Amino acid sequence: MSLPAQANGSSRAVHNPEASSSLWRRLSEHRAALWRIASIGLFFLIWEIAGRIPISFAFPTFLETLRAFLVMTFDGSFAAAYAETLQPLVIGIAISAVIGVGVGIVMGLSRFAEWLVAPVFIVLQAAPMAALIPLITFVYGIGLLAKTLAVIMLALPVIALNGYKAVRNANPSLVAMCYSFQGTRWQRIAKIIIPDASPVIFAGLRLGLAAGFIGVILAELLITPTGIGDLITYHRSVADYPEMYAAVVSIILVSTLTLSALEAFELRVLRPEKRRS
Amino acid sequence: MRNITAQATAAAAMPAGSDVAVEVRGIAKMYNEVEALRSIDLDFPRGKLTTLLGPSGCGKTTLLKIIAGLIPATAGEIRVNGKVVTGPGPERAFVFQDFALMPWATVMRNVAFGLELKGMGKDERQAIAARYIGEVGLAGFEDKYPHELSGGMRQRVGLARAFAVNADVLLLDEPFSAVDEQNRRKFQEDLLELVEKEKKTFIFVTHSIEEAVYCSDRIIILSRRPGRIAQIIEPEIDRSASPDAIRRDQSYLDTVEEIWQGLKRYVD
Amino acid sequence: MTLFGYRVPMMASLIVWCVVWELVGRSGVMFLIPPLSDVLVAAVALVQTGTWQAAALTTLNSFLLGMALSIVVGVVLGVLMGRFPAIDNLLGIWVNIFVSAPLSALVPVLMILFGMGETTVVVTVFLFAVWIIVLDTRAGIQGVPNSLIEMGRSYGASKFALYYKIILLAALPEILAGIRLGVIRGVKGVVIGQLLVSIIGYGELFELYSRNFDMENFWALTIILFAAAMLLSAIIESIEKRVDYYAGVR
Repeated sequence: MSLPAQANGSSRAVHNPEASSSLWRRLSEHRAALWRIASIGLFFLIWEIAGRIPISFAFPTFLETLRAFLVMTFDGSFAAAYAETLQPLVIGIAISAVIGVGVGIVMGLSRFAEWLVAPVFIVLQAAPMAALIPLITFVYGIGLLAKTLAVIMLALPVIALNGYKAVRNANPSLVAMCYSFQGTRWQRIAKIIIPDASPVIFAGLRLGLAAGFIGVILAELLITPTGIGDLITYHRSVADYPEMYAAVVSIILVSTLTLSALEAFELRVLRPEKRRS
Repeated sequence: MRNITAQATAAAAMPAGSDVAVEVRGIAKMYNEVEALRSIDLDFPRGKLTTLLGPSGCGKTTLLKIIAGLIPATAGEIRVNGKVVTGPGPERAFVFQDFALMPWATVMRNVAFGLELKGMGKDERQAIAARYIGEVGLAGFEDKYPHELSGGMRQRVGLARAFAVNADVLLLDEPFSAVDEQNRRKFQEDLLELVEKEKKTFIFVTHSIEEAVYCSDRIIILSRRPGRIAQIIEPEIDRSASPDAIRRDQSYLDTVEEIWQGLKRYVD
Repeated sequence: MTLFGYRVPMMASLIVWCVVWELVGRSGVMFLIPPLSDVLVAAVALVQTGTWQAAALTTLNSFLLGMALSIVVGVVLGVLMGRFPAIDNLLGIWVNIFVSAPLSALVPVLMILFGMGETTVVVTVFLFAVWIIVLDTRAGIQGVPNSLIEMGRSYGASKFALYYKIILLAALPEILAGIRLGVIRGVKGVVIGQLLVSIIGYGELFELYSRNFDMENFWALTIILFAAAMLLSAIIESIEKRVDYYAGVR
């Protein structure tokens, strides 16, 4: 997200005379982080109040959920659950990455491949693939294979399309430069197009991972509960609502942290010129 | 200033005995229905800096890119060192208006890139690149990335890269247009030094009259679309004087004025 | 791409894939994949049945309600976040979290809060679609050049006119793009919602056909659904094209 625009054009610099505490100045520097903490705190407060009203018998308070969350973290339930949930996710993403990036690059370089395959991926990306998940179980049962396929079904189109767009839109000036120094076709692909496309390909992998999380959760809720899906479903069936909510929060937390870490990595390593100083 | 208009053929107007690096014969370029260039005949003398000058849309960049082999001509041929050329070749090097630097590579790698494509070994090409990095005034910046450099510095990298491949003919496409005014003047002065030092043939495209008169041995003025040769001018300026003196020299100012008057007719 | 010199449109390759589907189906290699022609026949028959029409109505209902809510809330929130840094700072982190989080994990929670009926599905659609609309609206609002706003002020535009005549129009391309993406997500939301609730609408039908291995009808349903999703997306894209002419020069 870019920084908010100045609506009225005034400078945001805080001109405090020396007399003001340096604490205030240090706080201003960490403005963004402070706002985030405040925002999260406010959310938890509202949750707590809503839970106490209560808005529903099935709506635990924030503190109850927090307690359940901590208990489940320390008694190993989360660890065991994620060990199961992450299996199809990691395998599925790995396969999708290899196939997706490969197909994407081929689509970007060959007009024929683009014509033949891109429309399929465009449809797959826009379509509600969830509808097809029950179908997987018929052929592949309810085990690891089925869930991995669910991940691949959702992640592959995103990764392939991003790779394809990245290669297709490689900087024409750089391509012309390579041509002017009599670069061969392979040199052009390996030394110019692929490096130029790398940031977008990586962004595609990140989006693919997000899709993969969606896929694995859907698989666990629709096919058969294992891992985190099992925690959610089980605790719901015995009406342990704090535990159920804690499990839901945990998956949101895990996916958000993973994706943010990837984005930070992307910004630091691949796009130094876009880093906000 | 000598004004050799296009009534005499460009070839006949060349001083006898001078060596011609690039010959342009009957070049025409059509983009679908649009005629960009019409029947261009030109000679570019070796070791001199010739400028293509003209209003927007006159085809000067198109002609430059045809000479470079980056785009094909619809008709006519280009000879470099006597041989017909159709695509890019080792005897010509191009300097891009938008620098065309690889943002993921250091200055050293960017400058050495032309040599890398030829398959030269790493130590050898880095040694050559280092020399030219020094010559364009970027010594010490070898490990920097393009986003850490100013616009002027980035263009120097582009220049160094073109020099490093040791081509006979250097083609520069409005190289200083994306650079601010102070740097631009400095560049023009540096360019003259390099021309003197490297003894290569330079073909330069610009839309700035002052730049053309300051830098060039020969100025080819192209008319508006369809591009044709309107005038050929050889500024006779004493370049041994200091840069500031040259810019106030009477014959420099007269040449600029005369070209401006000539161009005004075409711009209307 | 060109074939024998004729430009072939991109989506034409789908026709090739349809032919492949037909051949694979005819060969009977996989009972799960009947010939396309059988599926199309089933589809035509299906849309005339009362069951399908009732299901489609329920689905459409939930979808449109959820989308309408998400568009209204999304655009309003996006405008507020784009114009007022305080609101942006407060809500920004949540919008960013939810736009890429696996929201399907929330559906079980919604089910126990709102019951096993249409309400849950509407809320699901809303939650799936709203975040991207907020983000894109916000981006559009922030992209409105300050000079346009200053121009409006200097000619004495009221607050209302400023928004109505300048800001929203200037941000319209991004808002429409956000709505298009929101619609795609909304369709996924209505399907996921109904599959998980599985006693209403399309979800129920999907369950029925898959349980009975009625592949022709299952695929017919799928094709109708996919086609509807693509059609909606294409409609919004055509609206986007109408404001495209000024998108590049703001």
